Amino acid sequence: MSKKVLVLGEAREGALRNVSYEAIAAAKQISEGGEIVSVLLGDSVKELATELVKYGADRVITVEHPHLKQYTSDGYGQALLAVIDQEKPEAIVFGHTALGKDLSPKIASKLQVGLVSDVTAIEGEGDAAVYVRPIYSGKAFEKVKVKDGIKFITIRPNNIAPLVKDDGKTGDVSSLSVEITNLRTIIKEVVRKSSEGVDLSEAKVVIAGGRGVKSEEGFAPLKELADVLGGAVGASRGACDADYCDYSLQIGQTGKVVTPDLYIAAGISGAIQHLAGMSNSKIIVAINKDPEANIFKVADYGIVGDLFEVIPMLTEEFKKLKVNA
Amino acid sequence: MNIYVLVKRTFDTEEKIAVSGGKIQEDGAEFIINPYDEYAIEEAIQVRDAHGGEVTVLTMGGEDAEKQLRTALAMGADKAVLINIEDDVEEMDQFTAAYIISEYLKDKNPDLILAGNVAIDGGSGQVGPRVAELLGINYVTTITNLEINGTSVSIKRDVEGDTEVLETSLPLLVTAQQGLNEPRYPSLPGIMKAKKKPLEEVELDDLDIDEDDVEAKTETIEIYLPPKKEAGKVLEGELAEQVKELVHLLHSEAKVI
Repeated sequence: MSKKVLVLGEAREGALRNVSYEAIAAAKQISEGGEIVSVLLGDSVKELATELVKYGADRVITVEHPHLKQYTSDGYGQALLAVIDQEKPEAIVFGHTALGKDLSPKIASKLQVGLVSDVTAIEGEGDAAVYVRPIYSGKAFEKVKVKDGIKFITIRPNNIAPLVKDDGKTGDVSSLSVEITNLRTIIKEVVRKSSEGVDLSEAKVVIAGGRGVKSEEGFAPLKELADVLGGAVGASRGACDADYCDYSLQIGQTGKVVTPDLYIAAGISGAIQHLAGMSNSKIIVAINKDPEANIFKVADYGIVGDLFEVIPMLTEEFKKLKVNA
Repeated sequence: MNIYVLVKRTFDTEEKIAVSGGKIQEDGAEFIINPYDEYAIEEAIQVRDAHGGEVTVLTMGGEDAEKQLRTALAMGADKAVLINIEDDVEEMDQFTAAYIISEYLKDKNPDLILAGNVAIDGGSGQVGPRVAELLGINYVTTITNLEINGTSVSIKRDVEGDTEVLETSLPLLVTAQQGLNEPRYPSLPGIMKAKKKPLEEVELDDLDIDEDDVEAKTETIEIYLPPKKEAGKVLEGELAEQVKELVHLLHSEAKVI
Protein backbone atom coordinates (compact mmCIF):
# COMPACT_ATOMS: atom_id res chain seq x y z
CA MET A 1 0.00 0.00 0.00
CA SER A 2 1.35 3.38 -0.89
CA LYS A 3 2.59 5.53 1.95
CA LYS A 4 3.07 9.19 2.56
CA VAL A 5 6.69 9.76 3.57
CA LEU A 6 8.08 12.84 5.26
CA VAL A 7 11.73 13.65 4.55
CA LEU A 8 13.78 16.19 6.47
CA GLY A 9 15.94 18.30 4.19
CA GLU A 10 19.12 19.61 5.72
CA ALA A 11 21.01 22.73 4.72
CA ARG A 12 24.52 23.64 5.71
CA GLU A 13 25.81 27.14 5.15
CA GLY A 14 23.03 27.97 2.74
CA ALA A 15 23.20 24.84 0.60
CA LEU A 16 21.36 21.54 0.83
CA ARG A 17 23.45 18.59 1.90
CA ASN A 18 23.56 15.58 -0.42
CA VAL A 19 22.00 13.40 2.23
CA SER A 20 18.76 15.37 1.74
CA TYR A 21 18.54 13.97 -1.79
CA GLU A 22 19.61 10.51 -0.69
CA ALA A 23 16.83 10.57 1.90
CA ILE A 24 14.31 11.31 -0.85
CA ALA A 25 15.54 8.22 -2.74
CA ALA A 26 15.13 6.15 0.44
CA ALA A 27 11.66 7.61 0.92
CA LYS A 28 10.73 6.66 -2.64
CA GLN A 29 11.46 3.03 -1.88
CA ILE A 30 9.44 3.04 1.32
CA SER A 31 6.56 4.98 -0.24
CA GLU A 32 5.54 2.42 -2.89
CA GLY A 33 4.27 5.24 -5.06
CA GLY A 34 2.94 7.33 -2.18
CA GLU A 35 3.58 11.03 -1.78
CA ILE A 36 6.99 12.28 -0.72
CA VAL A 37 6.90 15.47 1.29
CA SER A 38 10.19 17.21 2.06
CA VAL A 39 10.44 19.51 5.03
CA LEU A 40 12.84 22.41 5.34
CA LEU A 41 13.36 24.22 8.63
CA GLY A 42 15.33 27.44 9.10
CA ASP A 43 15.11 31.20 9.11
CA SER A 44 15.26 31.54 5.34
CA VAL A 45 15.12 28.30 3.39
CA LYS A 46 12.37 28.76 0.82
CA GLU A 47 14.69 29.23 -2.14
CA LEU A 48 16.17 25.76 -1.55
CA ALA A 49 12.79 24.04 -1.88
CA THR A 50 12.66 23.64 -5.68
CA GLU A 51 15.93 21.74 -5.59
CA LEU A 52 14.28 19.06 -3.44
CA VAL A 53 11.45 18.77 -5.96
CA LYS A 54 13.93 18.25 -8.80
CA TYR A 55 15.44 15.38 -6.81
CA GLY A 56 12.10 13.66 -6.36
CA ALA A 57 10.05 15.34 -3.62
CA ASP A 58 6.40 15.77 -4.64
CA ARG A 59 5.85 18.63 -2.27
CA VAL A 60 7.89 20.78 0.09
CA ILE A 61 6.78 22.34 3.36
CA THR A 62 8.92 25.06 4.85
CA VAL A 63 8.81 26.34 8.40
CA GLU A 64 10.66 29.63 8.70
CA HIS A 65 11.27 31.29 12.04
CA PRO A 66 14.13 33.39 13.47
CA HIS A 67 14.51 30.75 16.21
CA LEU A 68 15.22 28.11 13.57
CA LYS A 69 18.29 29.90 12.21
CA GLN A 70 20.40 27.54 14.28
CA TYR A 71 19.51 24.00 15.13
CA THR A 72 18.25 23.25 18.61
CA SER A 73 16.36 20.08 19.46
CA ASP A 74 13.59 22.17 21.04
CA GLY A 75 13.15 24.52 18.07
CA TYR A 76 13.40 21.93 15.35
CA GLY A 77 11.39 19.48 17.43
CA GLN A 78 8.46 21.87 17.77
CA ALA A 79 8.53 22.78 14.07
CA LEU A 80 8.75 19.21 12.88
CA LEU A 81 6.09 17.89 15.24
CA ALA A 82 3.74 20.59 13.89
CA VAL A 83 4.40 19.39 10.34
CA ILE A 84 3.93 15.74 11.38
CA ASP A 85 0.68 16.68 13.07
CA GLN A 86 -0.56 18.35 9.89
CA GLU A 87 0.65 15.72 7.42
CA LYS A 88 0.24 12.51 9.40
CA PRO A 89 2.99 10.67 7.49
CA GLU A 90 3.30 6.89 7.56
CA ALA A 91 7.07 7.04 7.35
CA ILE A 92 9.82 9.56 8.15
CA VAL A 93 13.38 9.71 6.81
CA PHE A 94 16.25 11.80 8.19
CA GLY A 95 19.93 11.85 7.35
CA HIS A 96 22.12 10.18 9.99
CA THR A 97 23.99 13.45 10.47
CA ALA A 98 24.79 15.33 13.67
CA LEU A 99 21.39 16.98 13.35
CA GLY A 100 19.55 13.79 12.44
CA LYS A 101 21.18 11.81 15.25
CA ASP A 102 20.31 14.48 17.78
CA LEU A 103 16.72 15.13 16.69
CA SER A 104 15.38 11.75 15.54
CA PRO A 105 15.31 10.01 18.96
CA LYS A 106 13.39 12.95 20.44
CA ILE A 107 10.76 12.81 17.70
CA ALA A 108 10.54 9.01 17.85
CA SER A 109 10.13 9.14 21.62
CA LYS A 110 7.43 11.80 21.35
CA LEU A 111 5.54 9.75 18.74
CA GLN A 112 6.17 6.57 20.75
CA VAL A 113 7.53 4.77 17.71
CA GLY A 114 10.59 2.77 16.80
CA LEU A 115 13.52 4.28 14.97
CA VAL A 116 16.02 2.49 12.80
CA SER A 117 19.24 4.53 12.87
CA ASP A 118 22.15 4.63 10.47
CA VAL A 119 20.58 2.67 7.64
CA THR A 120 22.94 1.90 4.74
CA ALA A 121 20.54 0.00 2.46
CA ILE A 122 16.87 -0.79 2.13
CA GLU A 123 15.65 -4.13 0.79
CA GLY A 124 12.09 -4.48 -0.45
CA GLU A 125 9.41 -1.83 -0.42
CA GLY A 126 6.69 -0.40 1.77
CA ASP A 127 5.59 -2.53 4.71
CA ALA A 128 7.87 -5.34 3.59
CA ALA A 129 10.92 -3.07 3.64
CA VAL A 130 13.88 -4.36 5.58
CA TYR A 131 16.53 -1.93 6.75
CA VAL A 132 20.20 -2.86 6.71
CA ARG A 133 22.48 -1.21 9.24
CA PRO A 134 26.03 -1.78 10.44
CA ILE A 135 26.55 -2.92 14.02
CA TYR A 136 29.71 -3.51 16.06
CA SER A 137 31.36 -0.61 14.23
CA GLY A 138 30.79 -2.18 10.83
CA LYS A 139 32.16 -5.58 11.84
CA ALA A 140 28.66 -7.02 11.31
CA PHE A 141 25.34 -5.99 9.83
CA GLU A 142 21.77 -6.43 10.94
CA LYS A 143 18.51 -6.39 9.05
CA VAL A 144 15.72 -4.68 10.94
CA LYS A 145 11.99 -4.61 10.36
CA VAL A 146 9.61 -2.06 11.81
CA LYS A 147 6.81 -3.98 13.50
CA ASP A 148 4.07 -1.39 13.39
CA GLY A 149 3.46 2.32 13.64
CA ILE A 150 5.34 4.99 11.72
CA LYS A 151 8.41 3.74 9.89
CA PHE A 152 11.14 6.09 11.02
CA ILE A 153 14.70 5.76 9.79
CA THR A 154 17.90 7.76 9.51
CA ILE A 155 20.19 6.99 6.59
CA ARG A 156 23.97 7.09 6.59
CA PRO A 157 25.31 9.65 4.10
CA ASN A 158 26.93 8.37 0.90
CA ASN A 159 25.25 4.96 0.85
CA ILE A 160 21.87 5.31 -0.86
CA ALA A 161 22.14 6.86 -4.32
CA PRO A 162 19.98 9.92 -4.96
CA LEU A 163 17.42 9.83 -7.78
CA VAL A 164 18.40 11.34 -11.11
CA LYS A 165 17.75 15.06 -11.04
CA ASP A 166 14.80 16.15 -13.16
CA ASP A 167 15.05 19.88 -13.87
CA GLY A 168 11.58 19.93 -15.39
CA LYS A 169 9.81 18.52 -12.32
CA THR A 170 7.54 20.87 -10.42
CA GLY A 171 5.84 20.57 -7.08
CA ASP A 172 3.95 22.61 -4.55
CA VAL A 173 5.96 24.58 -1.98
CA SER A 174 3.98 25.72 1.01
CA SER A 175 4.90 27.25 4.31
CA LEU A 176 3.60 26.39 7.72
CA SER A 177 3.65 28.91 10.49
CA VAL A 178 4.68 27.42 13.83
CA GLU A 179 5.10 29.13 17.16
CA ILE A 180 8.55 28.33 18.50
CA THR A 181 8.75 28.92 22.24
CA ASN A 182 10.66 28.01 25.33
CA LEU A 183 14.03 27.08 23.83
CA ARG A 184 16.07 25.53 26.63
CA THR A 185 19.34 25.75 24.72
CA ILE A 186 20.92 28.95 23.44
CA ILE A 187 23.65 28.59 20.83
CA LYS A 188 26.34 31.18 21.54
CA GLU A 189 28.80 30.44 18.80
CA VAL A 190 29.81 27.85 16.25
CA VAL A 191 33.55 27.45 15.81
CA ARG A 192 34.26 26.02 12.37
CA LYS A 193 37.13 23.58 12.62
CA SER A 194 36.32 21.29 9.75
CA SER A 195 38.03 22.23 6.55
CA GLU A 196 36.01 24.60 4.45
CA GLY A 197 34.14 23.11 1.55
CA VAL A 198 33.99 19.36 1.69
CA ASP A 199 32.32 17.69 4.62
CA LEU A 200 34.31 14.66 5.80
CA SER A 201 31.26 12.45 6.39
CA GLU A 202 29.79 13.23 2.95
CA ALA A 203 33.04 13.38 0.97
CA LYS A 204 33.34 11.11 -2.08
CA VAL A 205 37.09 11.06 -1.61
CA VAL A 206 38.92 10.95 1.73
CA ILE A 207 42.69 11.27 2.11
CA ALA A 208 43.60 10.14 5.62
CA GLY A 209 46.90 10.42 7.39
CA GLY A 210 48.27 8.44 10.30
CA ARG A 211 51.34 8.54 12.49
CA GLY A 212 53.42 8.27 9.34
CA VAL A 213 52.50 11.87 8.56
CA LYS A 214 54.90 12.78 11.40
CA SER A 215 53.84 16.40 12.01
CA GLU A 216 51.16 19.00 11.53
CA GLU A 217 52.97 20.21 8.41
CA GLY A 218 52.98 16.65 7.14
CA PHE A 219 49.28 16.97 6.41
CA ALA A 220 49.91 19.67 3.76
CA PRO A 221 50.56 17.27 0.86
CA LEU A 222 47.44 15.30 1.86
CA LYS A 223 45.40 18.48 1.79
CA GLU A 224 46.77 19.32 -1.63
CA LEU A 225 45.75 15.93 -2.99
CA ALA A 226 42.32 16.25 -1.39
CA ASP A 227 41.86 19.64 -3.05
CA VAL A 228 42.73 18.25 -6.47
CA LEU A 229 40.22 15.43 -6.03
CA GLY A 230 37.53 17.53 -4.38
CA GLY A 231 37.86 15.42 -1.26
CA ALA A 232 38.36 15.87 2.46
CA VAL A 233 41.27 15.13 4.78
CA GLY A 234 40.87 12.67 7.64
CA ALA A 235 43.18 11.11 10.19
CA SER A 236 43.75 8.08 12.37
CA ARG A 237 43.57 8.29 16.13
CA GLY A 238 47.35 7.98 16.23
CA ALA A 239 47.77 11.19 14.27
CA CYS A 240 45.24 13.00 16.46
CA ASP A 241 46.76 11.74 19.71
CA ALA A 242 50.17 12.89 18.49
CA ASP A 243 48.66 16.36 17.96
CA TYR A 244 49.34 16.42 14.23
CA CYS A 245 45.73 17.38 13.63
CA ASP A 246 42.45 18.19 15.29
CA TYR A 247 40.25 15.40 16.66
CA SER A 248 37.55 16.63 14.32
CA LEU A 249 39.42 14.75 11.58
CA GLN A 250 39.53 11.43 13.40
CA ILE A 251 38.11 8.43 11.59
CA GLY A 252 37.49 5.23 13.48
CA GLN A 253 35.51 3.54 16.17
CA THR A 254 35.75 6.70 18.22
CA GLY A 255 35.51 9.48 15.69
CA LYS A 256 33.79 9.55 12.36
CA VAL A 257 32.57 6.71 10.22
CA VAL A 258 33.07 7.40 6.54
CA THR A 259 32.08 5.49 3.41
CA PRO A 260 33.54 7.43 0.48
CA ASP A 261 34.01 6.08 -3.05
CA LEU A 262 37.76 6.39 -2.57
CA TYR A 263 39.69 6.21 0.71
CA ILE A 264 43.43 6.79 0.58
CA ALA A 265 45.18 5.78 3.79
CA ALA A 266 48.62 7.35 4.01
CA GLY A 267 50.97 6.27 6.76
CA ILE A 268 48.17 4.49 8.60
CA SER A 269 48.95 1.07 10.02
CA GLY A 270 45.33 -0.04 10.11
CA ALA A 271 44.44 -0.76 13.73
CA ILE A 272 41.11 -2.52 14.08
CA GLN A 273 39.59 0.64 15.61
CA HIS A 274 40.56 2.63 12.54
CA LEU A 275 39.17 0.01 10.17
CA ALA A 276 35.83 0.31 11.98
CA GLY A 277 35.58 3.85 10.65
CA MET A 278 36.44 3.27 7.01
CA SER A 279 36.34 -0.41 6.01
CA ASN A 280 33.02 0.00 4.20
CA SER A 281 34.53 2.53 1.78
CA LYS A 282 34.08 1.46 -1.84
CA ILE A 283 37.75 1.54 -2.85
CA ILE A 284 40.60 1.65 -0.36
CA VAL A 285 44.16 2.60 -1.28
CA ALA A 286 46.96 2.03 1.21
CA ILE A 287 50.26 3.83 1.12
CA ASN A 288 52.69 2.67 3.78
CA LYS A 289 56.40 2.06 4.15
CA ASP A 290 55.77 -1.17 6.04
CA PRO A 291 54.67 -3.94 3.65
CA GLU A 292 53.35 -5.89 6.66
CA ALA A 293 51.01 -3.09 7.76
CA ASN A 294 47.51 -4.33 8.53
CA ILE A 295 45.99 -1.68 6.26
CA PHE A 296 47.10 -3.64 3.17
CA LYS A 297 44.75 -6.44 4.21
CA VAL A 298 41.69 -4.29 3.58
CA ALA A 299 43.11 -2.26 0.71
CA ASP A 300 42.05 -2.77 -2.90
CA TYR A 301 45.31 -1.24 -4.09
CA GLY A 302 48.52 -0.73 -2.20
CA ILE A 303 51.79 1.05 -2.71
CA VAL A 304 54.67 0.19 -0.42
CA GLY A 305 56.56 3.44 -0.11
CA ASP A 306 57.09 6.74 1.61
CA LEU A 307 53.91 8.80 1.61
CA PHE A 308 55.94 12.00 1.24
CA GLU A 309 57.18 10.69 -2.10
CA VAL A 310 54.00 8.99 -3.24
CA ILE A 311 51.35 11.58 -2.35
CA PRO A 312 52.90 14.52 -4.29
CA MET A 313 53.41 12.22 -7.29
CA LEU A 314 49.76 11.15 -7.05
CA THR A 315 48.69 14.78 -6.90
CA GLU A 316 50.61 15.52 -10.10
CA GLU A 317 49.19 12.47 -11.89
CA PHE A 318 45.63 13.34 -10.93
CA LYS A 319 46.20 16.92 -12.11
CA LYS A 320 47.30 15.56 -15.49
CA LEU A 321 44.25 13.28 -15.60
CA LYS A 322 41.99 16.24 -14.93
CA VAL A 323 43.60 18.32 -17.65
CA ASN A 324 43.17 15.50 -20.16
CA ALA A 325 39.61 14.71 -19.16
CA MET B 1 24.07 17.31 42.97
CA ASN B 2 22.18 14.17 42.06
CA ILE B 3 24.07 12.65 39.13
CA TYR B 4 23.21 9.54 37.14
CA VAL B 5 25.33 7.84 34.49
CA LEU B 6 23.80 5.46 31.95
CA VAL B 7 26.25 2.68 31.26
CA LYS B 8 26.22 -0.19 28.78
CA ARG B 9 28.20 -3.40 28.85
CA THR B 10 29.64 -4.01 25.39
CA PHE B 11 32.03 -6.25 23.51
CA ASP B 12 35.68 -5.38 23.87
CA THR B 13 36.72 -3.32 20.87
CA GLU B 14 39.45 -5.81 20.03
CA GLU B 15 37.10 -8.79 19.86
CA LYS B 16 36.58 -10.53 16.57
CA ILE B 17 32.90 -10.80 15.77
CA ALA B 18 31.48 -14.20 14.89
CA VAL B 19 27.89 -15.03 14.04
CA SER B 20 26.20 -18.33 14.69
CA GLY B 21 22.52 -19.19 14.65
CA GLY B 22 21.71 -15.64 13.58
CA LYS B 23 23.25 -14.18 16.73
CA ILE B 24 26.57 -12.61 17.64
CA GLN B 25 28.67 -15.27 19.41
CA GLU B 26 29.30 -14.10 22.96
CA ASP B 27 31.00 -17.19 24.36
CA GLY B 28 34.44 -16.40 25.65
CA ALA B 29 34.30 -12.80 24.49
CA GLU B 30 35.70 -10.04 26.70
CA PHE B 31 33.23 -7.40 27.80
CA ILE B 32 33.94 -3.81 28.76
CA ILE B 33 32.16 -0.59 29.64
CA ASN B 34 31.17 1.04 26.37
CA PRO B 35 34.14 3.41 25.74
CA TYR B 36 31.94 6.51 25.35
CA ASP B 37 30.28 5.71 28.69
CA GLU B 38 33.70 5.84 30.34
CA TYR B 39 33.92 9.51 29.41
CA ALA B 40 30.48 9.97 30.97
CA ILE B 41 31.54 8.25 34.21
CA GLU B 42 34.75 10.29 34.42
CA GLU B 43 32.87 13.54 33.85
CA ALA B 44 30.28 12.62 36.47
CA ILE B 45 33.03 12.00 39.04
CA GLN B 46 34.70 15.33 38.22
CA VAL B 47 31.41 17.21 38.48
CA ARG B 48 30.69 15.59 41.86
CA ASP B 49 34.19 16.37 43.14
CA ALA B 50 33.75 20.01 42.13
CA HIS B 51 30.15 20.55 43.19
CA GLY B 52 29.40 17.83 45.71
CA GLY B 53 26.64 15.26 45.52
CA GLU B 54 26.47 11.66 44.48
CA VAL B 55 27.12 9.66 41.32
CA THR B 56 24.92 6.67 40.58
CA VAL B 57 25.80 4.43 37.65
CA LEU B 58 22.88 2.63 36.08
CA THR B 59 22.76 -0.19 33.61
CA MET B 60 20.18 -2.52 32.18
CA GLY B 61 20.85 -6.11 31.34
CA GLY B 62 21.67 -9.34 33.11
CA GLU B 63 23.75 -10.37 36.13
CA ASP B 64 26.87 -10.24 33.97
CA ALA B 65 26.68 -6.45 33.85
CA GLU B 66 27.56 -6.30 37.57
CA LYS B 67 31.20 -6.50 36.60
CA GLN B 68 31.04 -3.28 34.58
CA LEU B 69 29.12 -1.56 37.39
CA ARG B 70 31.82 -2.58 39.88
CA THR B 71 34.43 -1.13 37.53
CA ALA B 72 32.52 2.17 37.45
CA LEU B 73 32.32 2.10 41.27
CA ALA B 74 36.06 1.47 41.37
CA MET B 75 36.62 4.52 39.18
CA GLY B 76 34.81 6.55 41.83
CA ALA B 77 31.05 6.35 41.38
CA ASP B 78 29.15 6.13 44.68
CA LYS B 79 26.30 3.75 43.94
CA ALA B 80 25.18 1.40 41.22
CA VAL B 81 21.85 0.18 39.94
CA LEU B 82 21.27 -2.87 37.80
CA ILE B 83 17.89 -3.08 36.14
CA ASN B 84 17.81 -6.79 35.60
CA ILE B 85 15.63 -7.64 32.62
CA GLU B 86 17.11 -11.07 31.94
CA ASP B 87 13.94 -12.99 32.79
CA ASP B 88 11.38 -10.45 31.61
CA VAL B 89 12.43 -9.03 28.29
CA GLU B 90 13.21 -11.27 25.35
CA GLU B 91 13.34 -8.85 22.46
CA MET B 92 14.22 -5.25 23.10
CA ASP B 93 15.04 -2.17 21.10
CA GLN B 94 15.87 1.45 21.93
CA PHE B 95 12.24 2.19 22.71
CA THR B 96 12.25 -0.61 25.29
CA ALA B 97 15.52 0.46 26.87
CA ALA B 98 14.60 4.14 27.12
CA TYR B 99 11.18 3.37 28.56
CA ILE B 100 12.53 1.14 31.32
CA ILE B 101 15.36 3.49 32.23
CA SER B 102 13.08 6.52 32.36
CA GLU B 103 10.56 4.65 34.50
CA TYR B 104 13.34 4.01 36.99
CA LEU B 105 14.58 7.60 36.90
CA LYS B 106 11.27 9.44 36.90
CA ASP B 107 10.98 9.78 40.70
CA LYS B 108 14.73 10.12 41.37
CA ASN B 109 14.92 13.82 40.47
CA PRO B 110 18.30 13.74 38.78
CA ASP B 111 20.00 17.09 38.26
CA LEU B 112 22.36 15.72 35.67
CA ILE B 113 22.31 12.52 33.63
CA LEU B 114 25.32 11.52 31.57
CA ALA B 115 25.64 8.82 28.94
CA GLY B 116 27.91 7.90 26.07
CA ASN B 117 26.85 9.42 22.76
CA VAL B 118 26.67 6.00 21.17
CA ALA B 119 27.31 2.38 22.11
CA ILE B 120 29.88 0.66 19.96
CA ASP B 121 27.75 -2.47 19.57
CA GLY B 122 24.25 -1.37 18.58
CA GLY B 123 25.45 2.03 17.49
CA SER B 124 22.11 3.82 17.35
CA GLY B 125 22.79 6.63 19.84
CA GLN B 126 19.08 6.85 20.63
CA VAL B 127 18.68 5.93 24.27
CA GLY B 128 20.10 9.11 25.84
CA PRO B 129 17.87 11.60 23.98
CA ARG B 130 14.88 9.27 24.28
CA VAL B 131 15.29 9.09 28.07
CA ALA B 132 15.55 12.89 28.30
CA GLU B 133 12.40 13.31 26.25
CA LEU B 134 10.51 10.80 28.41
CA LEU B 135 11.64 12.59 31.56
CA GLY B 136 10.74 15.96 30.02
CA ILE B 137 14.24 17.38 30.49
CA ASN B 138 16.59 19.00 28.00
CA TYR B 139 19.50 17.14 26.42
CA VAL B 140 22.71 17.96 24.59
CA THR B 141 24.55 15.27 22.61
CA THR B 142 28.24 14.71 21.76
CA ILE B 143 29.63 17.14 24.32
CA THR B 144 33.35 17.83 24.63
CA ASN B 145 33.27 20.29 27.52
CA LEU B 146 30.94 20.86 30.46
CA GLU B 147 30.92 23.72 32.95
CA ILE B 148 28.31 24.03 35.66
CA ASN B 149 27.64 27.20 37.60
CA GLY B 150 24.66 26.92 39.94
CA THR B 151 21.93 25.70 37.60
CA SER B 152 23.49 27.30 34.50
CA VAL B 153 25.43 25.03 32.22
CA SER B 154 27.95 26.01 29.53
CA ILE B 155 28.70 23.31 27.00
CA LYS B 156 30.88 22.75 24.00
CA ARG B 157 29.66 20.06 21.66
CA ASP B 158 31.13 18.42 18.62
CA VAL B 159 29.04 18.86 15.49
CA GLU B 160 30.71 16.86 12.76
CA GLY B 161 34.05 18.42 13.58
CA ASP B 162 32.84 21.94 14.33
CA THR B 163 32.44 23.11 17.90
CA GLU B 164 29.16 24.53 19.06
CA VAL B 165 29.23 26.66 22.21
CA LEU B 166 25.94 26.77 24.04
CA GLU B 167 24.19 27.66 27.26
CA THR B 168 21.49 25.69 28.98
CA SER B 169 20.44 24.76 32.48
CA LEU B 170 19.86 21.87 34.87
CA PRO B 171 18.19 19.41 34.95
CA LEU B 172 19.91 18.11 31.87
CA LEU B 173 21.00 14.97 30.06
CA VAL B 174 24.26 15.06 28.14
CA THR B 175 25.98 12.45 25.99
CA ALA B 176 29.76 12.28 25.94
CA GLN B 177 31.98 12.56 22.90
CA GLN B 178 35.62 11.64 22.78
CA GLY B 179 37.75 14.56 23.93
CA LEU B 180 35.53 15.34 26.93
CA ASN B 181 38.18 14.05 29.34
CA GLU B 182 40.66 11.26 29.95
CA PRO B 183 38.87 8.50 31.85
CA ARG B 184 40.85 7.32 34.85
CA TYR B 185 41.79 3.71 35.47
CA PRO B 186 40.39 2.23 38.65
CA SER B 187 43.02 2.37 41.39
CA LEU B 188 43.71 -0.60 43.66
CA PRO B 189 42.16 1.13 46.72
CA GLY B 190 39.30 2.10 44.42
CA ILE B 191 38.76 -1.53 43.48
CA MET B 192 38.81 -2.56 47.17
CA LYS B 193 36.31 0.17 48.09
CA ALA B 194 34.05 -0.69 45.16
CA LYS B 195 33.33 -4.10 46.64
CA LYS B 196 31.58 -2.47 49.56
CA LYS B 197 29.68 0.20 47.65
CA PRO B 198 25.92 -0.32 47.28
CA LEU B 199 24.71 -2.10 44.17
CA GLU B 200 20.94 -2.20 43.94
CA GLU B 201 19.20 -4.67 41.68
CA VAL B 202 15.66 -4.05 40.44
CA GLU B 203 13.36 -5.89 38.08
CA LEU B 204 10.44 -4.78 35.94
CA ASP B 205 7.98 -5.73 38.69
CA ASP B 206 9.69 -3.34 41.09
CA LEU B 207 9.12 -0.57 38.56
CA ASP B 208 5.50 -1.53 37.95
CA ILE B 209 6.25 -2.13 34.31
CA ASP B 210 4.16 -4.62 32.38
CA GLU B 211 6.05 -6.63 29.76
CA ASP B 212 3.54 -5.46 27.13
CA ASP B 213 4.44 -1.83 27.82
CA VAL B 214 7.98 -2.40 26.68
CA GLU B 215 7.40 -4.51 23.61
CA ALA B 216 9.98 -3.56 21.00
CA LYS B 217 8.81 -1.48 18.03
CA THR B 218 11.45 -2.88 15.74
CA GLU B 219 12.75 -6.37 15.20
CA THR B 220 16.14 -7.65 14.13
CA ILE B 221 15.48 -10.41 11.63
CA GLU B 222 19.02 -11.23 10.60
CA ILE B 223 22.60 -10.63 11.69
CA TYR B 224 25.44 -11.36 9.32
CA LEU B 225 29.08 -10.61 8.68
CA PRO B 226 30.13 -8.37 5.80
CA PRO B 227 31.41 -10.23 2.76
CA LYS B 228 35.11 -11.01 3.07
CA LYS B 229 37.20 -8.64 1.09
CA GLU B 230 39.44 -10.20 -1.51
CA ALA B 231 43.10 -9.53 -1.12
CA GLY B 232 44.02 -6.30 -2.81
CA LYS B 233 46.66 -5.60 -5.36
CA VAL B 234 49.99 -4.35 -4.06
CA LEU B 235 51.67 -2.59 -6.95
CA GLU B 236 55.25 -3.26 -7.98
CA GLY B 237 57.99 -1.67 -10.01
CA GLU B 238 59.45 1.85 -10.04
CA LEU B 239 57.59 4.16 -7.68
CA ALA B 240 56.73 6.61 -10.46
CA GLU B 241 55.31 3.75 -12.52
CA GLN B 242 53.31 2.49 -9.55
CA VAL B 243 51.77 5.90 -9.08
CA LYS B 244 50.84 6.10 -12.77
CA GLU B 245 49.35 2.62 -12.62
CA LEU B 246 47.37 3.44 -9.50
CA VAL B 247 45.83 6.54 -11.08
CA HIS B 248 45.01 4.49 -14.17
CA LEU B 249 43.39 1.72 -12.05
CA LEU B 250 41.34 4.17 -10.02
CA HIS B 251 40.18 5.86 -13.19
CA SER B 252 39.58 2.91 -15.52
CA GLU B 253 39.13 -0.20 -13.36
CA ALA B 254 37.60 1.07 -10.10
CA LYS B 255 36.08 4.10 -11.83
CA VAL B 256 36.07 6.17 -8.66
CA ILE B 257 37.93 9.13 -10.17
